[in-house]
Amino acid sequence: MKFAVLVFPGSNCDIDMYHAIKDELGEEVEYVWHDATDLSEFDGILVPGGFSYGDYLRCGAMANQSNVMAEVKKFAEAGKPVLGVCNGFQILTEAGLLPGALLRNKNLKFMCRTIQLKVENNNTLFTSQYEAGEVIHIPIAHGEGNYFCDEETLAQLKANNQIVFTYAGDNPNGSMEDIAGIVNERGNVLGMMPHPERAVDALLGSNDGLKLFKSIVKQWRESHVS
Amino acid sequence: MKKVKIYITLRESVLDPQGSAVQGSLAKMGYNEVQDVRIGKYLEVVIDDTDRELDVLVKEMCEKLLANTVIEDYRYEVEEAN
Amino acid sequence: MSASFEPNQEQIKEQKLYAGMGMSDEEYDMVCDILGRLPNWTETGLFSVMWSEHCSYKNSKPVLRKFPTKGPQVLQGPGEGAGIVDIGDEQAVVFKMESHNHPSAIEPYQGAATGVGGIIRDVFSMGARPIAMLNSLRFGELQSERGKYLFEEVVAGIAGYGNCIGIPTVGGEIQFDPCYEGNPLVNAMCVGLIDHKDIQRGIAAGVGNTVMYVGAKTGRDGIHGATFASEELSEASEEKRPAVQVGDPFMEKLLLEACLEVVKSDALVGIQDMGAAGLTSSSAEMASKAGSGVEMNLDLVPQRETGMTAYEMMLSESQERMLIVVKKGREDEIKAIFDKYGLDAVAIGRVTDDKMLRLLHKGEVVAEVPADALAEDAPVYHKPSKEPAYFAEFQAIENREPEVADFKETLKSLLKAPTIASKEWVYDQYDYQVRTNTVVAPGSDAAVLRVRGTNKGLAMTTDCNSRYIYLDPETGGKIAVAEAARNIVASGGKPLAITDCLNFGNPEKPEIFWQIEKSADGIAAACEVLNSPVIGGNVSLYNERSGEAVYPTPTIGMVGLVEDLAHVTTQQVKEAGDVIYVVGDTTTEFGGSELQKLVYGKIFGKAPQIDLNVEANRQQAILTAIREGLVQSAHDVSEGGLAVALAEKTFASDKLGIFVTLEGSAITALFSESQSRFVVTVKEEKAAAFESIIPDAKKIGIVTDDGKITIHGDTGILVEGTVEEFRSAWKGAIPCLVKSEA
Repeated sequence: MKFAVLVFPGSNCDIDMYHAIKDELGEEVEYVWHDATDLSEFDGILVPGGFSYGDYLRCGAMANQSNVMAEVKKFAEAGKPVLGVCNGFQILTEAGLLPGALLRNKNLKFMCRTIQLKVENNNTLFTSQYEAGEVIHIPIAHGEGNYFCDEETLAQLKANNQIVFTYAGDNPNGSMEDIAGIVNERGNVLGMMPHPERAVDALLGSNDGLKLFKSIVKQWRESHVS
Repeated sequence: MKKVKIYITLRESVLDPQGSAVQGSLAKMGYNEVQDVRIGKYLEVVIDDTDRELDVLVKEMCEKLLANTVIEDYRYEVEEAN
Repeated sequence: MSASFEPNQEQIKEQKLYAGMGMSDEEYDMVCDILGRLPNWTETGLFSVMWSEHCSYKNSKPVLRKFPTKGPQVLQGPGEGAGIVDIGDEQAVVFKMESHNHPSAIEPYQGAATGVGGIIRDVFSMGARPIAMLNSLRFGELQSERGKYLFEEVVAGIAGYGNCIGIPTVGGEIQFDPCYEGNPLVNAMCVGLIDHKDIQRGIAAGVGNTVMYVGAKTGRDGIHGATFASEELSEASEEKRPAVQVGDPFMEKLLLEACLEVVKSDALVGIQDMGAAGLTSSSAEMASKAGSGVEMNLDLVPQRETGMTAYEMMLSESQERMLIVVKKGREDEIKAIFDKYGLDAVAIGRVTDDKMLRLLHKGEVVAEVPADALAEDAPVYHKPSKEPAYFAEFQAIENREPEVADFKETLKSLLKAPTIASKEWVYDQYDYQVRTNTVVAPGSDAAVLRVRGTNKGLAMTTDCNSRYIYLDPETGGKIAVAEAARNIVASGGKPLAITDCLNFGNPEKPEIFWQIEKSADGIAAACEVLNSPVIGGNVSLYNERSGEAVYPTPTIGMVGLVEDLAHVTTQQVKEAGDVIYVVGDTTTEFGGSELQKLVYGKIFGKAPQIDLNVEANRQQAILTAIREGLVQSAHDVSEGGLAVALAEKTFASDKLGIFVTLEGSAITALFSESQSRFVVTVKEEKAAAFESIIPDAKKIGIVTDDGKITIHGDTGILVEGTVEEFRSAWKGAIPCLVKSEA
């Protein structure tokens, strides 16, 4: 399976995503600069965290205007997997690939810590390797992770089981219904604030994020049995 | 040339913790009259004379980039720029 | 303002206008001698800023010469953007620490942010990828609104810049004392990693080569910032201050990536940050180091504001800019790299052979001065030094124990003292994990990062107990280095080298100069014995507010090599049943201690004594035990003494506790700040092997599974309570002081 890690000016978790795939997962991966106009050689798109365009104006707003995002939209429409983490999640909501928006943390401060995350839905291509209700340890590092959507959207998210991850301990950022990660209706686009790519090596504290990437690869293999 | 003054504010339904914090500080300073503070953004966009209709142009800019209508409202004023 | 409004040469002389730029009569006369004529306004500006203490070290040079700067591991000592130390495998670590005290006192968010930005540029200008940030901060005791504001905004500024640029902030330390109330200290350290073959220098070599300006545009911000940093703060400072520089971490991230691409090109000859004194220092220093000259056409400098004069452009301290020298004819290759990142890269001049810095503006030569005179020939002053009266008084005071009635409550009070209390409220705001190499995160003795692709790690820390240094600068200077090394060793690393930030008051006061000299003696002695040379740093003098100097605070930043990641050790206890040892003797040492401050509200007496040979041998023994896999956890004993060190060891666990028995006078056993001590836990089955390496290790107790801290003394129970009650005191103190939720 071949992954693309998108790189926008100001992305800074690109290298972590790259190494998670290459070193820990052992799959193919390439960096793709924001002006790319063709993603056809890839099987999965990873939109990494960081501060694209300095988080100026609004997190993710300007990254959404880049060439590559038009391709990401086509990629998602084709049903292929797209994962956005942290700033990547913000970009995907700005792009309209996921509903809602991410507001400033309730306490107005950036926060970096490892939190407990509950797998609400293990019936997605991103979470099949987890147990339903499993609580995992994944780091967060964000200033604007407070998920917001209107009531109607929230009702839809619940009805369609689109809420994939919730904060299991304290809600760190004030997000609605403790939401930490959601998928689109079709289930092939996941956005989440916690960083699974930072939790792939026990040396650094946790490898609970590895199963997320393994889930993606498993689904791809099963759908590409020749 | 026109100067377009754009005001972007959080929608009423969206919590504004920064505004609440400022309101708290003002109250601590003795301004108990302050009922509510909402913080937004103000942009000045200077636009060359153009054949395209200004209102259409500005609305497009706001909806495509400058504001996120999921959480923000916008309004604007146009004045002559020199 | 246009050039025509500038004073002419005679007016500068007659009205002594140079004095307003911080230049003395003697210095002005020297400039006239060097030039053989009167300097014009721009030239006067060039000299005044390059001869400021901040750029020239004119008052501190004689002191800096005391430091050992060489060693087989040192690839680059002081004099470049940052020092470089070999770590084997054709790799090296690059690091430096720098102060941004005065800007932070005036505008804390931007002052701290631009301090971070500046030190990062120093590291990547060497060709290194920055991998970690640390910072050493000093504030008042968080009692005043202004004090809390400074603290919160400095932390936010460091977080804002570091998080955005994507370099993890992994450690540092913060101390609080009333002496910093009006003049906080903000010292930022950046650590980078480089392959030997990529090492760059800031030189303008090769006559005819092209001088290029890259990065952000030049505005009027920060003009005379270096001069401002070389004066005392006063009530008038707010008015005198230069326009506040605003950091743009996004621009710097692009500049960083572009520069790291450029250093791979053989078209690059030299590269240097435009830091203090901006275009002036970068061009003059690069020419001087290469023994060449530089000619620049200022019309070509990318400008953010209109109508800027030569004087303003040369003295601007706008951020996120670099000066590079490129082989003639290959400018386009370099420009293409910057274009990719949307950055300006403009040829503004060339390297000459006449050793002059020559500036053209609007078709005229507006300045022509010898580059060496600016960069190297600043006057050096040997300031008078005088032992302050307090020193003899303090030395005459016998060591004695402060009186303590309730040991448990005293321990809690110490844990709540902001200097000792948990700094989680601070580091929670820093992204300390980005780039996923952080093996030991903030909250242990030193941070440890893995070196990806190898089995090595880098341990890093900053340290300085300025109370000891105030009481006895020489002893305190030794302790600062020794404690940094102790933190590295307790984490499983071998000290490699240090960088320092010498923060002092006004050196024109003989008593202050004495503090500088004596602490430098102490630092130099410790570096020598602990085999950890000084590879760079910075000097920040005039840290005074309305005539009151801060405590002498020569902050030490140290990096050590962890040869194998299996050696990484943290301070927290690991398993019930492990044996707890104290290594090192405890005597009655309370001068400058936290307990003394707590009980008397002030400090006095003698600083704790230190024997550097004992220190070196003990560190070697601890490191040996760690490398042999005998140590479960290790922690140095510092502020607050053994009781605080023991409590800190338990705070990461919900279940574990400690049960120890201490001999001798309870107050000394619990709270003395005797030096050269470690507290270590060892698996029971390895206790014999551990004791054979460290025969004088004293067994004091065991790790328990009851979640309690129990300390017995000769007279019965001294301290008993749940880990949770001590932890909540320790964790809650700073959030409570700033009244904001973490």
